[in-house]
Amino acid sequence: MRFSTGYGARPAGGSGLETFSWYFMRMSAIGLFFLAILHLIFNHVTTDVSCTSYQLIAVRYANPYWRVYDWLLLTLALLHGMNGLRVVIDDYVRSQAWRVRIESTLALITLAFFMIGTVTLITFQPVAGNLGLHCLK
Amino acid sequence: MYRGQSGMWAWLLHRVAGLGVLLFLLVHIVDISLLGFGPNVYNEGISLFGTTIVRIISLALIAAVLYHAFNGIRIMLVDFVPWCVRYQRAMFWGVLVVTIICFLPMGYFVVAPIFGINPGNMASGM
Repeated sequence: MRFSTGYGARPAGGSGLETFSWYFMRMSAIGLFFLAILHLIFNHVTTDVSCTSYQLIAVRYANPYWRVYDWLLLTLALLHGMNGLRVVIDDYVRSQAWRVRIESTLALITLAFFMIGTVTLITFQPVAGNLGLHCLK
Repeated sequence: MYRGQSGMWAWLLHRVAGLGVLLFLLVHIVDISLLGFGPNVYNEGISLFGTTIVRIISLALIAAVLYHAFNGIRIMLVDFVPWCVRYQRAMFWGVLVVTIICFLPMGYFVVAPIFGINPGNMASGM
């Protein structure tokens, strides 16, 4: 994928995976800037963290767009973060064989956490009956 | 120890903050998955976040997210707006200032309940 910068020269690294990764970090960062900071505000500022109870989530997730928001945040943050970790590993692990082993494991871990998060977001249905306190403690 | 200048510290802090947030994210995905086990189990887990020690640790998380975000913007400006490179050092100090400015009110909301102060966000729900 190449983006036109309007300055003429192609990215020096060419059109490989590493170049895509470089752009991906920046593109995902734009989305994450708003998604992540607003997430912090919604869960620590507009509502105290002790009030982010099961009951609050049940109310929020009744609106599917909250689930979409959180899923977008999950996906972008996980990919952005894990790709960053991959770059860090590339910096410090000298052996090619070990890089392959570690980064393959990283990919599997990413997949596992993505699945856990997605399943949580899709399948959450509040239980019938008592949903617990609105604010805890 | 390489005697790098502010740019090296900016890079190092960016990396440490990013790794810290990632580590938290992995724990966070697991603790939210407790929703599947019903209100008692989930609320038990969430009540940990309201304790004093965890509130203080979450200050570090908020600072890390804010710094990483604002320094990330500085990086993108340097990458995509050619004349910004000249001001990268000044932008770094700007990043620190903006991080602190945004951190202070958020930190207040997180820490006030430790001292019994209700900063006004306890009853609301969104």
